[in-house]
Amino acid sequence: METLNYLNDGHGLASWLLTKDHKRIALLYLASITAFFFLGGFFALMIRLELLTPAGDLMTADTYNKMFTMHGVVMVFFFLIPSIPAVLGNFLIPIMIGAKDLAFPRLNLLSWYIYVLGGLFTLTAALSGGVDTGWTFYTPYSTAAANSHVIIAALGVFITGFSSILTGLNFIVTVHRMRAPGLTWFRLPLFVWSMYATSLIFILGTPVIAITVLLVAVERVLHFGIFDPALGGDPVLFQHLFWFYSHPAVYIMILPAMGVISEIVQAFSRKNIFGYSFVAFSSLAIAIIGFLVWGHHIFVAGQSVYAGMIFSFLSFVVAIPSAIKVFNWTATIYKGSVSYDSPMLYAFGFIGLFTIGGLTGLFLAAMGFDIHVHDTYFVVAHFHYIMVGGAIMGYLGGMHYWWPKISGRMYPEGWAKFAALMVFVGFNLTFFPQFIVGYLGMPRRYHEYPPEFQVFNVASTLGATVLAVGYVLPMVYFTWSIFAGERAPADPWGSKGLEWEIPSPPPTENFFVTPIITHGTHQYAPSKEVGVA
Amino acid sequence: MSAGHVAPKSMYYMVFGALILGTLLTVAAAKVDMGPLNNIVMLAIACTKASLVILFFMHVRWSSRLTWVVAMSGFFWLLILFGIGMSDYMSRGWVPGTLR
Amino acid sequence: MLDRHAEHFPGPIHRPPVVDNVDAIQPHVHAEHPHHPKLQHHFDTMAQQIEASTLGMWVFLVTEIMFFGGLFMCYLVYRTASPEGFAEASHHLNVTWGTVNTLVLIISSLTMALGVRAAQTSAPPKTQVFWIVATMFLGAAFLGVKAIEYADKFTHHLVPGPYFKWQGKHPATAEMFYSLYFCMTGLHALHMVIGLGIMAVIGTMAWRRQFDADYYTPVEVAGLYWHFVDIVWIFLFPLLYLIGGHFTE
Repeated sequence: METLNYLNDGHGLASWLLTKDHKRIALLYLASITAFFFLGGFFALMIRLELLTPAGDLMTADTYNKMFTMHGVVMVFFFLIPSIPAVLGNFLIPIMIGAKDLAFPRLNLLSWYIYVLGGLFTLTAALSGGVDTGWTFYTPYSTAAANSHVIIAALGVFITGFSSILTGLNFIVTVHRMRAPGLTWFRLPLFVWSMYATSLIFILGTPVIAITVLLVAVERVLHFGIFDPALGGDPVLFQHLFWFYSHPAVYIMILPAMGVISEIVQAFSRKNIFGYSFVAFSSLAIAIIGFLVWGHHIFVAGQSVYAGMIFSFLSFVVAIPSAIKVFNWTATIYKGSVSYDSPMLYAFGFIGLFTIGGLTGLFLAAMGFDIHVHDTYFVVAHFHYIMVGGAIMGYLGGMHYWWPKISGRMYPEGWAKFAALMVFVGFNLTFFPQFIVGYLGMPRRYHEYPPEFQVFNVASTLGATVLAVGYVLPMVYFTWSIFAGERAPADPWGSKGLEWEIPSPPPTENFFVTPIITHGTHQYAPSKEVGVA
Repeated sequence: MSAGHVAPKSMYYMVFGALILGTLLTVAAAKVDMGPLNNIVMLAIACTKASLVILFFMHVRWSSRLTWVVAMSGFFWLLILFGIGMSDYMSRGWVPGTLR
Repeated sequence: MLDRHAEHFPGPIHRPPVVDNVDAIQPHVHAEHPHHPKLQHHFDTMAQQIEASTLGMWVFLVTEIMFFGGLFMCYLVYRTASPEGFAEASHHLNVTWGTVNTLVLIISSLTMALGVRAAQTSAPPKTQVFWIVATMFLGAAFLGVKAIEYADKFTHHLVPGPYFKWQGKHPATAEMFYSLYFCMTGLHALHMVIGLGIMAVIGTMAWRRQFDADYYTPVEVAGLYWHFVDIVWIFLFPLLYLIGGHFTE
């Protein structure tokens, strides 16, 4: 007999599509971002197939341009940016702070509909023939020359931006005003700190890209040439405005994953995080300093050298809080009682791969080196190490860690370990050769390359296939677990935290009685830092 | 049980008067050529008017510190965009022989 | 009102019992006192609800600041690059209409603030509705003036694009200026239209006697939005209309 929980509390399509329950909305997002992940993955497959051979023989250059553009647009705006916030953030934040829901449940549902609407616009652009400007929409190509579906794609991005904005707004107000009695800031789980920092970026950055892509659409439709050189417009101004958001956007993609890792590392080392306040403040520092470095994308585009120096210096500074987190996670695991369940495998993968990605980011922050490898595969490898080796591993780790809570079922651990291994091996095989081949000079966004680079590209494509299998496996066993998985107890991992004290799956209103908090919610041992147990 | 501070109507009228005055002042100042000072005066008046609206009409004067921080952060973030962005435009052409 | 400071809860943690899946579900615990009909269930008190709502609107206004801010950045860059061209282009704008519009919006901010105050002090619905309708009337007047100005631009070939014609010394900069003019005032006007829609909703709710000292959150929050749109114009007016030191009259 099944008890009443948020999954069976109300049946029928309307109860899902008109829900105000943050947990159901999280699942609505899960379905849609998974769909977009596969769409983005399809475009990646096309890229890797073309690059198996040096000649541009699978598709024309124009078609190839559309493939990498759509891959970038879909993966960045419709998968990476919403993923952890909209799925895990929506599901967990109210529970982790002892609340019944987010501050604005109806706005939360509206966020999802706006996301879907933006997605439909972008899907229409894809199905009508795609966009070939690169996900960065650089002018004047995007405004004056491109004859692809720029306007629809730009509008899709514009609309989806509002989904981010509303989610961020909801999270900020919720964390400020809906914490349970006794839940002071320094008793919050680190996942909540990183989601709060992410929400700051949603609020302060997203509107700038919104106006920027709107101006691109306006220039194409109404000929108001804000970026038109003939009117004195500056294409570099577009880049300033674009990257003012898009650099902080990469912190939107990584901060939530870092929050997930903080939780997993504590749970599977059975130890309080080392340096809780350092990790908490570093999330804020990354969010804030992340807004000061955008010009490192514009080093070679015509920005002044002196501005470049400022941005270069600040880009070195922004690495510091990330490094602090890596040190603190490591110190947490050291002398912990470590278990190697699948979420922890993803966490280990994250720490290693994020470190490589982050260090190569420092290489790129140095102007001299950047000039050499700008627009080569070195850059592509760098950001994939962070976004795939980092963010997606964090997402998968979080999905595995909280799946028992979300679904009330356990997934098969053996398959999960195997999938984690496939992802790790596949990922490295795909992207490590790209560092090498980029340094050797292979440019990005070209559908052909000199023959001496072929062996690296073949390795990369092979790796991508392994990676793809690693991604499909969880879809299969998570789905299987819903029907035939072992039922999960409230606390399958032996973790601390408010979410592990309520049933799996949780009841609709989360808590029967508002909890009153007297010490840090994620404490494995007494600690003065978060209030003695 | 209301959460708001009720200000007397006279306060609203006084702020209103100041806003009207500021508008007329800024139009008058624009007619006088003060060189670079024109921009400064114009911005100063606009910022003062905006501050009056924010503090009194939007009740920030009696709101929590959090509200004040949120309101200020928006304008502060704009300054980041303007300031560091303009650092590029102001320093172009500083390296002799190049456009950089 | 729930106190969120830790010092006030020195006792052991008071948590709900861990329920595994075979236990019966406990009934939803209701508040000890009857709650206001407008209190939404995920909030504990009306005070929490209004605090959350006003904070939410302020966070939204921050996004609006950044949204318009992108356009102000474009303005800053291009005006710094071509100050004379901007001044020359600005001369065609009618300062009288601009000043009238500025005054109209300032009056509308006053009527809006008085409307919020009326709800806050449980004034009779007729009074509340009066201030809101006055605000709407002034907002519509603003849009009317803008329509006149836009029509003038159309007639004088000042809409950027293939039909733009400029007689002065800096035609390219003039076209850039008017691109910015239309984008900035157009975006602002769009926000005014949305504001009018919001006011219509608020006005209807006030007419239906939904606001008093215990519950006036929607009016307060709508007021914040309206004042913000006024603030944007406070900056747009001098930046677009008052450049150059002399202007057509």
